[in-house]
Amino acid sequence: MEKKVMDGAQTLIKCLEAEGVEYIFGYSGGSVIPIFDAMITTPTKIKFVLVRHEQGAAHMADGYARATGRPAVVLVTSGPGATNVITGIMTAHMDSVPMVCLTGQSVSWMIGKDAFQEADIFGITMPVVKHSYLLKSSNDIPRTIREAFHIAVTGRPGPVLIDIPKDVSAGAFSGDLNAAMELPGYTTRAGAADADAVKEIADIIQKSQRPVILAGHGVLISGAHKELCRLAEKLNAPVTTTLLGKGAFPETHPLSLGWLGMHGTAYANKAMCECDLLLNIGSRFDDRIIGDTNFFCKDATVIHVDIDPSEIGKMIYPQYHCIADAKAFIDALTPLVSRLNTAEWLKTIDGWKQKYPLKFKRLGNLKMQHVIDEFYKLSDGKAVVVTDVGQHQMWTAQFYKTDEPNNFISSGGAGTMGFGLPAAIGAQFGRPKDVVIAFCGDGGFQMTEFELATVALYKLPIKIVVLNNHYLGMVRQWQELFYDDRTSGVDLEGNPDFVKLADAYGIKGFNLRRPGDVKRIVKAALAYNDGPCLINCEVEKTDNVFPMIPAGKRIEAMIIEAPKAGGKKLEKPTGST
Amino acid sequence: MISNKKIHTLSVYVANKPGVLARIAQTFSRRGYNIESLVVSPAMDGHFSRMTIGVSGAANGLAQIIQQVSKLIDVLHCTDHTFDDAVVKEMGLIKISVDSSGRGEALQIAEHFGCKTVDLTETSMILQVVGDPAKIDALVEMIEKFKIIELVRTGKVLLARGAETT
Ligand SMILES: Cc1ncc(C[n+]2csc(CCOP(=O)(O)OP(=O)(O)O)c2C)c(N)n1
Ligand SMILES: [Mg+2]
Repeated sequence: MEKKVMDGAQTLIKCLEAEGVEYIFGYSGGSVIPIFDAMITTPTKIKFVLVRHEQGAAHMADGYARATGRPAVVLVTSGPGATNVITGIMTAHMDSVPMVCLTGQSVSWMIGKDAFQEADIFGITMPVVKHSYLLKSSNDIPRTIREAFHIAVTGRPGPVLIDIPKDVSAGAFSGDLNAAMELPGYTTRAGAADADAVKEIADIIQKSQRPVILAGHGVLISGAHKELCRLAEKLNAPVTTTLLGKGAFPETHPLSLGWLGMHGTAYANKAMCECDLLLNIGSRFDDRIIGDTNFFCKDATVIHVDIDPSEIGKMIYPQYHCIADAKAFIDALTPLVSRLNTAEWLKTIDGWKQKYPLKFKRLGNLKMQHVIDEFYKLSDGKAVVVTDVGQHQMWTAQFYKTDEPNNFISSGGAGTMGFGLPAAIGAQFGRPKDVVIAFCGDGGFQMTEFELATVALYKLPIKIVVLNNHYLGMVRQWQELFYDDRTSGVDLEGNPDFVKLADAYGIKGFNLRRPGDVKRIVKAALAYNDGPCLINCEVEKTDNVFPMIPAGKRIEAMIIEAPKAGGKKLEKPTGST
Repeated sequence: MISNKKIHTLSVYVANKPGVLARIAQTFSRRGYNIESLVVSPAMDGHFSRMTIGVSGAANGLAQIIQQVSKLIDVLHCTDHTFDDAVVKEMGLIKISVDSSGRGEALQIAEHFGCKTVDLTETSMILQVVGDPAKIDALVEMIEKFKIIELVRTGKVLLARGAETT
């Protein structure tokens, strides 16, 4: 009897199945037809989601991974299909999100000869991937897939790209399905933290009277939120998180300072200026949290714990460091420390919390903050919250407090507009039973709004909140504050009627205009249970986000409240955006 | 030609996979470091290659960039040997324009530097020199009195001294 021969594409599907892949987000094209065919000819439980633009596929896989901790797969064709995912790959890379991206490629013998729809995606994406492959033989598929998933999820996670020439996917497979990985240069240090380093750090912590724990995305990736809580409570030390660290420590906990940085809470930022010890676990000291490198925590003992050795001393030179997984580190540290005498310090912090709370006005024009706050209250703070990028992102982070891990999803490092809707789709696929709310600006929403088709098609019950200020609000804010209010290129005149747009896709829409209607409409949107709904919120056009630390400035330069009209002119920021 | 910037000598041991050199080069160039010399050759085990890279740029920060190179999946290790006691060698080929009138002096200089004459015509000669980079610099300076038609240098290679591995 003749033995049936698998081709490369069928092998690929088998291997993805073996990795436990649940979803492939993608878009077809000539060079991936063999793979799309294999999805039919190979029995598999993997579900394929057809998007409307390849960027959407990458953000969906990203949102899925952030919401579940598991990687998803992106599958797109060569040339323009592949280049369309670059923004999504870069976004995942900046925020250490695992992803496996499969791109079709021209046939091997045509590569480099400007074949139809050939793009050197292996070369183009090199700076924005954790690793990448250009497959040469069908027989390399099992080893490569195994390696790709291993690399994507271990150590500091990140995106891995595999470029697959059409002859490789269409060619016969005669290799070993169980081929072992060959990664002699890749050693992950998921293992224990160095005992001596931990002991030294424990001793120095024990001497502190004004400690702050700074928890980054690393704590969430490592699944160490419970451990972190235990450590903070044992020490009686306050905890702040980065924007991406939201959920690493319950923001409603009395020891929480909320999140810090450019638009973080005044009390978290003040604590940075006055602490005597900063224990950073799993944050890379992003420039948006440190302001001016030369002055950040100048008088404090800085301890940096990171799984990635290249983060130590990149932005800030710590006095002590430990290269370890967050969980392993905290587990090793907690037994070595005891309660600190922080009563005075916590009193000072409480004073700041009283004096500088996050606040907004419920009167006058409708405020984004009001809408977000109402969603927070009426969803009991339990929703998976996804944001786009801009003012609404900062206000969402401020007013939708996060208590649980993986419940706040936002493009931090890249600040990618257009991320919100597709990431929310990915999150909803990954967490079908949870309420997912996407908070988008009118600008960013329009960058990927076509994924409403995907939302409608799969009847995903996402609450899509368009916070519509008819401006590229965040940029307008900079122009108002630092460029004498010369608004340039930020007026979103020509916005469509978003409710009609939703209607065109068969999606339920709500319009929200008056503060008095907020409660009623938010309640109705949350109660709506026949698939997705979109809430268009006509909000104050020229509101500004505070607190604000101008980019590149010392934290001390934080502007806590809106400056009075006619006040001193603010200098242009020196830092990056 | 030879800049006075501090050149750091790094030894990088890598898996012999496509793209590894491009990734390393990108890591340096993004941070403003310039690759001054680069030698890549197969290691004893053919699955691996050894790169000896001379980079110039700010000395502070280099340690962190070395970590970034080390973390590339196909890099096994990257070590700065600038201040180590290592054997550092380079080869140069120098083609000079010289006829019978100057040949004697040219050969004298060549002999002093331990050069081999690997090509000789009525009007030219190619000298082959092996040594540490400073020695080659010195030879170039001396031989400049003859017209140098062409010059090529391999870039330095290095091995740690004694039983220590590089
Ligand atoms: C793809 C992309 N292009 C440009 C920017 C620069 N940018 C940052 S915030 C912003 C304005 C966002 O406007 P909108 O989506 O309406 O949100 P708002 O700030 O008004 O809440 C812009 C243009 C970006 N972050 N991403
Ligand atoms: Mg806007």
